[in-house]
Amino acid sequence: MQHAHTLSVLVEDQPGVLNRVVSLMRRRSFNIDSITVGHSEQPGMSRMTLVVRGEDNEVEQATKQLYKLLEVVKVTDLPEADAITREMVMVKVAAKGQSRSEVLQLAQVYGARVLDATPTTLMIEATGDEHQIDSFLTMMRVFGIREMVRSGKIAMGRSSAGTRSRADVSTNGVYAAAD
Amino acid sequence: MVTAQRSPGQAAGKSEADPAAEPEILTGSEITCRSLEAAGATTVFGYPGGAVIPLYDALPSSNLHHVLVRFEQWAGLAADAYARATGEVGVCIATSGPGATNLVTALANAQLDSVPMVAITGQVTQALIGRDGFQEVDITGVSLPVTKHNYLVQRPEDIAPTIKEAFYLAKSGRPGPVLVDIPKNVFVAKTAYIPPTKVGRKSYQPTITPNIRQVRLAADEIAQAKKPLIMAGHGIILSGAEAEFQQFAEHTGIPVIYTLLGLGAMPEMHPLSLGMMGMHGHRHVNRALEECDLLVNIGARFDDRATGRLNGFAPNARVVHVDIDPAEIGKNVETHVPVVGDAREALKMLLAEVGEGNHDAWMRWIDGQRNRVLEAALEDRPEWPEPYSIVKAIAEATDHEAIVTTDVGQHQMWAAQQFGVRYGTRWITSGGLGTMGYGLPSAIGAKMGRPDLEVWTIVGDGGFQMSFNELATAVQEQLDINVAIINNGYLGMVRQWQDLFHNHNYSEVRISAPDFVQLAESFGATGIRVTSDDEIRSAIERARSIKGPVVIDFVVEPEANVYPMVPPGGSNSEMVHDPQTPQDQE
Ligand SMILES: Cc1ncc(C[n+]2csc(CCOP(=O)(O)OP(=O)(O)O)c2C)c(N)n1
Ligand SMILES: [Mg+2]
Repeated sequence: MQHAHTLSVLVEDQPGVLNRVVSLMRRRSFNIDSITVGHSEQPGMSRMTLVVRGEDNEVEQATKQLYKLLEVVKVTDLPEADAITREMVMVKVAAKGQSRSEVLQLAQVYGARVLDATPTTLMIEATGDEHQIDSFLTMMRVFGIREMVRSGKIAMGRSSAGTRSRADVSTNGVYAAAD
Repeated sequence: MVTAQRSPGQAAGKSEADPAAEPEILTGSEITCRSLEAAGATTVFGYPGGAVIPLYDALPSSNLHHVLVRFEQWAGLAADAYARATGEVGVCIATSGPGATNLVTALANAQLDSVPMVAITGQVTQALIGRDGFQEVDITGVSLPVTKHNYLVQRPEDIAPTIKEAFYLAKSGRPGPVLVDIPKNVFVAKTAYIPPTKVGRKSYQPTITPNIRQVRLAADEIAQAKKPLIMAGHGIILSGAEAEFQQFAEHTGIPVIYTLLGLGAMPEMHPLSLGMMGMHGHRHVNRALEECDLLVNIGARFDDRATGRLNGFAPNARVVHVDIDPAEIGKNVETHVPVVGDAREALKMLLAEVGEGNHDAWMRWIDGQRNRVLEAALEDRPEWPEPYSIVKAIAEATDHEAIVTTDVGQHQMWAAQQFGVRYGTRWITSGGLGTMGYGLPSAIGAKMGRPDLEVWTIVGDGGFQMSFNELATAVQEQLDINVAIINNGYLGMVRQWQDLFHNHNYSEVRISAPDFVQLAESFGATGIRVTSDDEIRSAIERARSIKGPVVIDFVVEPEANVYPMVPPGGSNSEMVHDPQTPQDQE
């Protein structure tokens, strides 16, 4: 079944690594919904979060191809049930007169923060999972969104479950190389 | 411990350099040469230009033999063939910009056929990078999808470790081409030359030894199969596993079919050898695929030219797939038992697990599928020198011991069907990329690598016209190579597709040619023309007796097709046969 997989990819922080990952996904026709990249807990390593859409076996193939990139240290296909995901959005919302207090009220409901204000607009930041952000934006649209920027998804597994080590990949997950 | 002597061209690679000794201060160019030597390179194929002039300054005082080609693509393909013939890493050099982009096809060729190669390219001076400097091309960007890995070296002290790692990557795991791009000012800069001692990265750990439990599952499948087939791929040859492979086939008694690049994994004259599979595979081979209940693929990637339409491929078979690259498992064909590891290791482990087998009844059934009428008809063909006769005559004259390389087209398929390959490293052809022009440069590369062996290349009149300028290289290097042109006056393979699948609409496939005999002579090579069947053998013997490059222009029937043929998109069971030749048991 086609659905979104969240891949957490630990990579060596080398020049061009993002290019390598994106180029690989493009040339093998894997669909990326979103990609984010930043430092990880380990010095010299970055962590990317890729949301990839496809059949399970396609995503498995994507995982194996990713491992072939020299800079890729670990790929974790985070199962939905086990992963906590977050996105951030910044919006500039029309907020004059009476609607101003309504916008502020709603922002509070969503745990969003006001970053800046002009006489006619409010700039608001919200974080949450995809559905919370979608719902927040639906509400803001009522007042008129002047400008919006949305980060890609970042994700973290609660446990280490779902991690596909190199050894698993090498035997196609049938038996881990360790045993 | 004895202090390692450091002398030019020798010391590098020694890990126990005396730490007290002052390291030599060398230019980036000198370090590049030292690093290539340390990695075991002796021959490099290349072409100079602005960004690599400093490197060429250092070449004469190195121990490297540089072969000056006439076009960078042919340097890359010569390096590719050098690697296939020797099992060593092939090395090519080009300047920045157009020199580097000319290498791209050769990199792709090596990438698709998993050939170990290192390409050194010059880059514009660092200060100019990103400013569209003269002859600046982002070659690491361009070559990203056609290399196993690539580097842009930023500091002279990085050259030695980068080249060491490049060779390691090219050769280890699933081999492939690695490009090292070095800016001109980095070639010029001086630094201490410290031969690197360590190589390898945490993130690069190819699986060499397969999991024993997977091997046992594979052995179980083999024990249970009634009609098993082994599919031999290039991986066997790349891992040097020919001896283990033959032992495995003999021990299990399982017949062997080959991909184009698997030919020679075991001698084709072996009683268990059935021949090539796929689009131009033998009838009995493709029929055996249809019938088999177990397919043991060792070191092949289930390329579409080998498998035909996937849903008609080996429809009754369980599949065991041995591959060093886990990403190949299940990529094209559903696999029941994956065995990830080096072919040689896998075969050694398998040999310990499988019992002796005998599949005589199954072999007899397959034998019954042979096209005997066709085989008999091959014996007497009229008038024109017949391509099969030429291929067979070269094979017989050289007792299947020569290296034979090919170009791409009909002649390539005729050679693959009928040469009778004895050794995998002596059958050199462009499989995955199908690169026209490969014939002559690959013969040059092979001869440079194996001067002890007789070298032939079988080419088409089209492909030869792409790369015949390399005759100049062959003459300059005084290479004893023989070129057999199967001259049909057509881009034959394309004409065949137009004939069979596009209503005989011959669009842009009639191709004129220079007088190949005079052409050869003008290069200082020898030219021979053959226009009738009975001249084939004497021409081949003459070519063998002449030193230096010889070109034989075999003028053949213009419109012969290669049969059998699986139509594009068809399943291997849908072979089309030669309408001229009666089929038995159809
Ligand atoms: C660089 C390149 N361009 C185009 C092709 C497509 N192609 C494949 S075979 C062929 C015809 C080859 O003609 P020739 O060299 O005369 O060999 P023949 O098939 O006649 O034996 C062509 C054009 C190719 N494989 N490679
Ligand atoms: Mg031709």
